[in-house]
Amino acid sequence: MDQWGSFSDFISMGGYGRYVWGAYGMVIFCFICELVSLSRRRQRAAKELLLEARAHQAEEDL
Amino acid sequence: MTSTSIFTPEGMYRFAGKLAVPCLVSAAIVALIAFYLGFFVAPVDVTQGNSYRILYIHVASAWMAMLLYVLMAIFCILGLVTEKKLWPMIAASLAPTGALMAFLALWTGSLWGRPTWGAYWVWDARLTSALILFFFYLGYLALQNAIPDWRRADKACSVIGIVGVINVPIVYFSVQWWNTLHQGASLTSSGSSIHPIMLTALLVMVAAFWLYTFGATFARLRSIILEREKGEEWAQELALKGEL
Repeated sequence: MDQWGSFSDFISMGGYGRYVWGAYGMVIFCFICELVSLSRRRQRAAKELLLEARAHQAEEDL
Repeated sequence: MTSTSIFTPEGMYRFAGKLAVPCLVSAAIVALIAFYLGFFVAPVDVTQGNSYRILYIHVASAWMAMLLYVLMAIFCILGLVTEKKLWPMIAASLAPTGALMAFLALWTGSLWGRPTWGAYWVWDARLTSALILFFFYLGYLALQNAIPDWRRADKACSVIGIVGVINVPIVYFSVQWWNTLHQGASLTSSGSSIHPIMLTALLVMVAAFWLYTFGATFARLRSIILEREKGEEWAQELALKGEL
């Protein structure tokens, strides 16, 4: 637990900080991007479906 | 409310809807536990120093990249053999996350390779076959986007999905078949060559990646189902009732 003397020790990772955080940072960045793109795709799909459904309903009501 | 088989688009839409968010939330929690184990409980590596801590995400993403390709190929085969609508949708929902995992395996690997081998990239059998795996995913996705009629797209993509699966055992066994710079497997059926606490942290991280993958795939599958079923009565009914 006390292998990191200080916060800056933790960040520097014994000189490997940019490799370690570059790897972890990219994973988090990619996952967030994927989640954002998933939520946009869902909104778009739901909107298109609703338009289609309303058009279909309007046709039936005629 | 009628119950529908989960092996239909409608049933799967409801099933995936129940699981997507819980999977993603638990992925975040499990990943935090894995991070704690890997950075605060697991000790520093004697030879590699702290750079070894990339292992947790590198191995997790590399395993996911291989496993997801195999899963995708299975659903491609099922789609061709049974002509059921759902299977190609599942294959298509796995591909982007698989591609992401393949990319992350390459990215984290190169950031680990630099301090360990002195190079971000070497044309070794493991790295090259992993790059080819990534290209198979990209080929699948490019083809999926290039063909507007998704029935035809599915057929064409299935070919890439099935042909590319030959590459997966090549990635996995490359470290045994060729003399690679990349180290051999740390985990085999006969045991593990890494410290138990490092192994625990790794397995917890792998669980987090699985949960994330399930969550992301279920979420994408729901959108794909809506996109493809927008002419179907059940989907339109849900949309009109505001129950999507």
